[in-house]
Amino acid sequence: MSDSAYEAIIGLEVHTHLMTRSKLFCGCSAGFGAGPNENVCPVCMGMPGVLPVLNRHAVELAIRAGLAAHCEIAPESIFARKSYFYPDLPKGYQISQYELPLCKGGYIELPAHSEGAEPRRIRLTRIHMEEDAGKNIHESDASLVDFNRSGVPLVEIVSEPDIRSADEAGAYLRELRSILRYIEATDGKMEEGGLRCDVNVSVRKRGASEFGVKTEIKNLNSFRFVEKAIEHEVARQIEILESGGRVAQETHLWDPVREVTRPMRSKEFANDYRYFPEPDLPPLRVSPDMVEAIKASMPELPADQRARFVRDLGLTAYEAAVLTQDRDLAAYFETMLATGLKNHRTAANWVMTEVLRAVNETARPLADAAPLAIESGQLLKLVETGAISLNAAKTAFAAMCKSGKGAGATVAELGLAQVSDEGAIAAACDKVIAAEAAKVAEYRGGRDKLFGFFVGQVMKAMGGKGNPKVVNEILKRKLNA
Amino acid sequence: MADSKISVEQVRHVARLARLELSAADEIALQANLSEILQYIDQLNRLDTSAVAPTAQVGETGTPMREDVIANRPDPEAMLANAPARAGNLFKVPRIIE
Repeated sequence: MSDSAYEAIIGLEVHTHLMTRSKLFCGCSAGFGAGPNENVCPVCMGMPGVLPVLNRHAVELAIRAGLAAHCEIAPESIFARKSYFYPDLPKGYQISQYELPLCKGGYIELPAHSEGAEPRRIRLTRIHMEEDAGKNIHESDASLVDFNRSGVPLVEIVSEPDIRSADEAGAYLRELRSILRYIEATDGKMEEGGLRCDVNVSVRKRGASEFGVKTEIKNLNSFRFVEKAIEHEVARQIEILESGGRVAQETHLWDPVREVTRPMRSKEFANDYRYFPEPDLPPLRVSPDMVEAIKASMPELPADQRARFVRDLGLTAYEAAVLTQDRDLAAYFETMLATGLKNHRTAANWVMTEVLRAVNETARPLADAAPLAIESGQLLKLVETGAISLNAAKTAFAAMCKSGKGAGATVAELGLAQVSDEGAIAAACDKVIAAEAAKVAEYRGGRDKLFGFFVGQVMKAMGGKGNPKVVNEILKRKLNA
Repeated sequence: MADSKISVEQVRHVARLARLELSAADEIALQANLSEILQYIDQLNRLDTSAVAPTAQVGETGTPMREDVIANRPDPEAMLANAPARAGNLFKVPRIIE
């Protein structure tokens, strides 16, 4: 394979909706699910004579995103008109930011998945605010337009060309989504168009200092598509270069059915946007007080939480990375620990296996799919005190997912409590020793390996509920007597 | 940059971006008209602005901001009142994708 002779240079532009109640420049609802053209008004319909008024909360959320990504927040930024004609853009221009964006620089730190590995930093160019366009529905004889999405606030997060593989692009997107959800800037739902991505890809000979010719792949709306499109595009470009050809600077569209990229027809895009400052909006001024107040309201971010989980709770880098992929998952874990659990890693693995399985199997949000975190905590507490085995806890958990009942009630109902009572265990041991006289003689004659057999028999006699530690102790004492 | 003059090609380009269909006579007239406008900009360019920060707008205050509250009620009928064509509550336009 010649692939290793090349490296990919990838930059991502991510558009994501900000979680506001109303639109960016008018008082229409920014919510999803309304009937066609219900959430529209003269402002977001681009009627003559209207004026946009900026939504303060959208600015705050964009600043939160900027602070979380270590950007510099511009004290003064300006809005610009990006002009193009399309039926979903009623004004004939989109209000965006161009020369002076709200947030500049910064970086996203990707979690290290193995011990001792350095976290990778993907630098950002900028984060700016803009309004979304409406939605076109194409029919055989006409196109239909719904303007409910027109004017919904977006941020565009532009990375430097620091990403080197499809996997790394996926890791970057997952971390970005996690951060945006932690700071409650977005709900990160890609299915509703909540997160859209354009990808710039070029390849070059490993060790070369100049970039190759890049192509842009537009409008990818799932992480999987981003990864697949990059893999395909990198392979396509390497093939062209290997056969002595030249990559053309083009804009491509991803075809999710055939899993290939294809060049857009020139009619499908126009690159002359004629940006100029939006005359209807004076500069956006952000005072140091406003930035400080937002800073003070920021929650712990995934990277900090990961570091704390490793440092203070003894988790591995991998465990910490999995738990912090999702704010709700990390919160679930911490609530479990708050019940007083001593074994942090058992709790972490519980969340990563039992809880995530419940989420994946039901395809529902964590809060619906799994019992309350405090009940999971109680269950593991019972394991720690020896009242139930870990396997019994798993059985109880599966039942709790369905019944919604508490840990204590479920363990009692299913009779999962472990027997630690020495009298009961001694009686079971005596019974087994009496029934297996021949094997007892062999054991006492030096066949130590038979010990496991006796443990199995005692457990069987006790219906699997004997506390293994106590069974071991008593059995050993009796056999060696 | 004295004596800015734009070409007929540039006139056609701008017209295409603005979706305007121009006759040959329009093109000549607009070439003269737009060139005059740019020559006025040339006059402004004679001012020394090296000590002035780039200014997008004049005025002391920044843009006002509104609180994030829903203030508009759904009224699709009013919004669609001027639509040349509609399908239910959707605007109907000529098919976009070839």
